[in-house]
Amino acid sequence: MIFEEFNPSEDKMLKIIDNDGRVVRPDLFPEISDDTIVEAYKAMLFERVADEMAVSFQRQGRMFTYPPNKGQEAIHIAAGNVIRENDWLVPAFREVGLMLAKGVTMKEIFLYYNGNEQGSNFKNAPRVLPINVPIGTQLPHAVGIGYSIKYRKKEDVVFTYIGDGGTSEGDFSEALNFAGVWQVPVIFTIQNNQYAISVPVSTQTNSVNLAVKSVAFGIPGIKVDGNDFFAMYLVYQKASEHARTGKGPVLIEALTYRCGAHTTSDDPSRYRTKEEEAEWELSDPLFRLKKFMEHKGIWKENEEKLREKYKKEVEQQFLDAENFTPYSLEDVFDYMYVEMPDDLKKQKEEYQQFLAWKGNRK
Amino acid sequence: MTMVQAINNALDIKLAEDGNVVVYGEDVGVVGGVFRVTEGLQKKYGAERVFDSPLAESAIVGTGVGMALSGLRPVVEMQFDGFSYPAFNQVISNVSRMHNRSRGRFRIPMVIRFPYGGGINAIEHHSESPEALYSHIPGLKVIAPSTPHDAKGLLISAIESDDPVIFMEPKRIYRAIKQEVSTDKFTIPIGKAKVLTEGTDVTVVAFGAMIRECQRAMVMAKEAGISVELIDLRTIYPIDRETIRVSLQKTGRLVVVAEAQRSFSVGSELIAIANEEAFLHLEAPPRRVMGFDTIIPLAQGEKYFMITPERIFYEIEKTVKF
Repeated sequence: MIFEEFNPSEDKMLKIIDNDGRVVRPDLFPEISDDTIVEAYKAMLFERVADEMAVSFQRQGRMFTYPPNKGQEAIHIAAGNVIRENDWLVPAFREVGLMLAKGVTMKEIFLYYNGNEQGSNFKNAPRVLPINVPIGTQLPHAVGIGYSIKYRKKEDVVFTYIGDGGTSEGDFSEALNFAGVWQVPVIFTIQNNQYAISVPVSTQTNSVNLAVKSVAFGIPGIKVDGNDFFAMYLVYQKASEHARTGKGPVLIEALTYRCGAHTTSDDPSRYRTKEEEAEWELSDPLFRLKKFMEHKGIWKENEEKLREKYKKEVEQQFLDAENFTPYSLEDVFDYMYVEMPDDLKKQKEEYQQFLAWKGNRK
Repeated sequence: MTMVQAINNALDIKLAEDGNVVVYGEDVGVVGGVFRVTEGLQKKYGAERVFDSPLAESAIVGTGVGMALSGLRPVVEMQFDGFSYPAFNQVISNVSRMHNRSRGRFRIPMVIRFPYGGGINAIEHHSESPEALYSHIPGLKVIAPSTPHDAKGLLISAIESDDPVIFMEPKRIYRAIKQEVSTDKFTIPIGKAKVLTEGTDVTVVAFGAMIRECQRAMVMAKEAGISVELIDLRTIYPIDRETIRVSLQKTGRLVVVAEAQRSFSVGSELIAIANEEAFLHLEAPPRRVMGFDTIIPLAQGEKYFMITPERIFYEIEKTVKF
């Protein structure tokens, strides 16, 4: 069992392919069809194209602040291949590829980052929670959903996400502790992308790694090469099997790198070197998976053509978001309560009187 | 100086002058904060005095309590208004109470700084105005400056205060206003409002980023022949009753401007003060030009929520014409 072999206390890491896409642990290679591999690569490519375009829309002044996902696609798409329709996703804010796999659309993502709450009203993803900005606060929600699942004797699993910085928050420890006590079907993934904005992991913790934090809470934990699609695929298969069969939660540390800025408002050159970035580029998850497919002779697509196709799709989604129904006064008031208090109705009316006055003035 | 530079200058002066001052928070050290307010300070004073903390607001404030009661003067940063809440338990249960609880044995000379307010097209939790939440807690002082000059003088006073201070920085005007500010040390007393413009028809009370909006509204008021007295609260608690009383006895009319949600707010408190201090002088019901009792909308909806000069003028005119 991988959770025993890759003991986080000994700082072991699960890795199946190397940076050149060669299999280093054939004994652990997951059962996965060639078609699934090719489709997974395409999904990773789509996420990357969409992400690059999001950054460029922001640069063009057509969208507000956006947190790039570049470099973390293997984690998202591996989970996307394992997560089932009835499973829940409780995201932080850097899991775009997985949100797409669960049925969220880029249009919704764009709408959200363009400052419209309708972008959190996922039409085709009822079991995906909104993007969660206050760091770590989503983890207890995941545990609560896990409790509901257990209470109703269902076999669903909750996938939830946090960054390396988030592991310093109280909610991280409190959620893991509850999950351990309640033995709920929750898979916690720490996307350890090395930085919390400017602050490196070494400032967050003196622990040997982040997976080892599971030990104190009595739940299985494992450190995985997060840029290795097959390692992530295997760990999600094993973890979901574990959680789905009533064995309780799992903590996964996915070691990766935030290739882009924290958000489009951030400038990484102020706190990390070009050399470090170049070093991590060698383990780029898309590059590695592509190499693997080339070695195996299963990649027959024209990547440039695919990119063009995805660009057009993303562009259309963005235009749909731009052309979304204009934000109205109702959007400010109508979702505050199921039943709007009279006082709030009055505030809305007063504002409408002001608008009327303003209209007459011109 | 911009307000960012003025606050940086205040921290610089206190770090140089007082070896007990330490500055920390998320991203505060190496990059100098997400708004660069603490830029260059780690280089100048070392990582023992200006540093990045782990990402944990509750522990940032909680460790500040320990430092403060053992002789240091921590100035901690909450990265954003909406990220200050994980530390709320420490603030309400310990920061504000330790002095009283220990019957004066321990003092908590700490400052909790954070950028606040909307109008910058930010994502959720980055646009909040929680001054009422903090002002409601006994044992704290709450400050919100409106200019670079005031920010500097008030922050130095805050760091020198032996009581804990919540220092709210209007991020919307962090760089929008430039002003001549002396690089020498000076202080501005906590608890004193300032009459920015004298007038006779109506008293407008505001603070932080809303001062600039009020000044724009006053141009419209002037055209309409209305004489406005503008008061910058500067310190929200302890609130300067005296300045408000004197003004209301003269004008008899009150309009409060703030971007926070209206109910149970600083606006509510000011109207209570108007009733308590100047009831017989009032000639019109006091009014609040404030945010709706809703969550501040994301960027596309901010245009409805944020207080505009036009809306302030609308309420001023209503009050004067009552």
